[in-house]
Amino acid sequence: MSSASPRRRVLPGFGLTLGFTLLYLSLIVLVPLSTLALRTASMGWGPFWATVTSPRVLASYRLTFGASLAAAALNGVFGLVVAWVLARHRFPGQKVVDALVDLPFALPTAVAGIALTSLYSPNGWFGRPLEAMGLKVAFTPLGIVVALTFIGLPFVVRTLQPVIEDLDVEVEEAAASLGAGRRQTFAHVILPALFPAWLTGFALAFARALGEYGSVVFIAGNMPMRTEITSLLIITKLEQYDYAGATAIAVVMLVASFLLLGAINRLQSWASRRGAAA
Amino acid sequence: MRRALTEPPLVRGALLAVALVFLAIFLVMPLVAVFAQALEKGFGAYLTALREPDAWAAIRLTLLTAAIAVPMNLAFGLAASWAIAKFEFPGKGTLLTLIDLPFAVSPVISGMIFVLLFGRQGLLGPFLGAHDVKVIFAVPGIVLATVFVTFPFVARELIPVMQALGNEEEEAARVLGAGGWQIFFRVTLPNVKWGVLYGVILCNARAMGEFGAVSVVSGHIRGLTNTIPLHVEILYNEYNFQAAFAVASLLAFLALVTLLAKSVVEWRSGRAARPEAPVREAA
Repeated sequence: MSSASPRRRVLPGFGLTLGFTLLYLSLIVLVPLSTLALRTASMGWGPFWATVTSPRVLASYRLTFGASLAAAALNGVFGLVVAWVLARHRFPGQKVVDALVDLPFALPTAVAGIALTSLYSPNGWFGRPLEAMGLKVAFTPLGIVVALTFIGLPFVVRTLQPVIEDLDVEVEEAAASLGAGRRQTFAHVILPALFPAWLTGFALAFARALGEYGSVVFIAGNMPMRTEITSLLIITKLEQYDYAGATAIAVVMLVASFLLLGAINRLQSWASRRGAAA
Repeated sequence: MRRALTEPPLVRGALLAVALVFLAIFLVMPLVAVFAQALEKGFGAYLTALREPDAWAAIRLTLLTAAIAVPMNLAFGLAASWAIAKFEFPGKGTLLTLIDLPFAVSPVISGMIFVLLFGRQGLLGPFLGAHDVKVIFAVPGIVLATVFVTFPFVARELIPVMQALGNEEEEAARVLGAGGWQIFFRVTLPNVKWGVLYGVILCNARAMGEFGAVSVVSGHIRGLTNTIPLHVEILYNEYNFQAAFAVASLLAFLALVTLLAKSVVEWRSGRAARPEAPVREAA
């Protein structure tokens, strides 16, 4: 506190607001979260390792990480197109489309879950024609990818959109005046400039998908070893009062999520350094 | 020259078509499906599903939960942003990271930590049992889990807004003899009102729509511990699809109102849409 300059302390309320902030943060977030550490510590390494590497848990990791990666990749491609169109094109109804991109943030996950399930179930609007083509979506891993794509879309679009808007058109003009075609400009000038933001959006969508529950449980089918995501497995363990097992799996997912977010933070500072250097 | 700065018309058209078709399939159709199936058996059946006592109980519980969680996190957001934006102190970076922490915790784990704390076999379970206090599988647990998942919304909106505004106006008010509360209500709050509103809108949408965290702590007792999303789940799992979608349409409507309110605030405050990213933009 000694570093606070006298000038800064002209305003009142520092003790009160910081005190309240720390108290509330501790009661609502830190104390409840610390129960995870306490439970894990009381568990012992052997049982912990046995739980988090049991075949059913490993299958759920593979499914959760695989489907999340596939969904983030889909969003990486189509999210880029959507962000580009919203930033660079002008078309009627653009404001509505732009607002709609945030729908997955605003629509409760359970509603998204039942809506997607009804669309892709064997007699649904999309499910029936897809099934006629021999493609099952609902109650298969593919259905999980669909739900996670819905959830992750805004992350990619909203990370890329402002960066595309801020791109310096002069650089594109320079490339064009030096004889580059539009395709060359896009591949060698625009894409490299967008890459850090694109990777950030991809990673954010991936991180969100890892922990997703509501939109997935309805469409997944939830068969152990085949279509059971890790979040559901945690709930199943809790319902069987296997608190230790649930905690162990949760800690693994939480560590994965923290590592990912740490990487995203480094990515963002890289992106902003690049932005400042340009 | 000019042509080299935009894509050829054919490519432009194709890009636009790809974007719109993708959004139609993934965003518009689910929304249409909700309302179409809610009204599948006519408007009468729709209203009947909404008038059902258990649906009403779920609506009341959701409103109660939001009415507690949103003001709590609003008060926290105002206090935290005042402390962080107006003053310098060591450990500020760590504090910012900790405030964002609930965004990094998945919904199911967010509910689970309260079960570990207050559940029958939880840390405080025996104590609560002895005093006949129920937190898990009861309303307090639902409120706590909701407060946890909506914890950062107001604070993370307000902190950058207040930091960008600086302290000059408040300091001038102070020199002119204004008290702390006077400064806050007359100077700071009018300047940040759009930021506050934006945070409250997002916080409320999440509070009313949260599913995973609440599902873990609720116990799914019909008419007692079901929020609207949990009631939707029960109806759906009972194959009562029309009623499930009728109740879900309330939440879909809430989502549309949220998007509209968000766009209006963005337009009024002249800010661009930002991702609800679980990490803070590098300052």
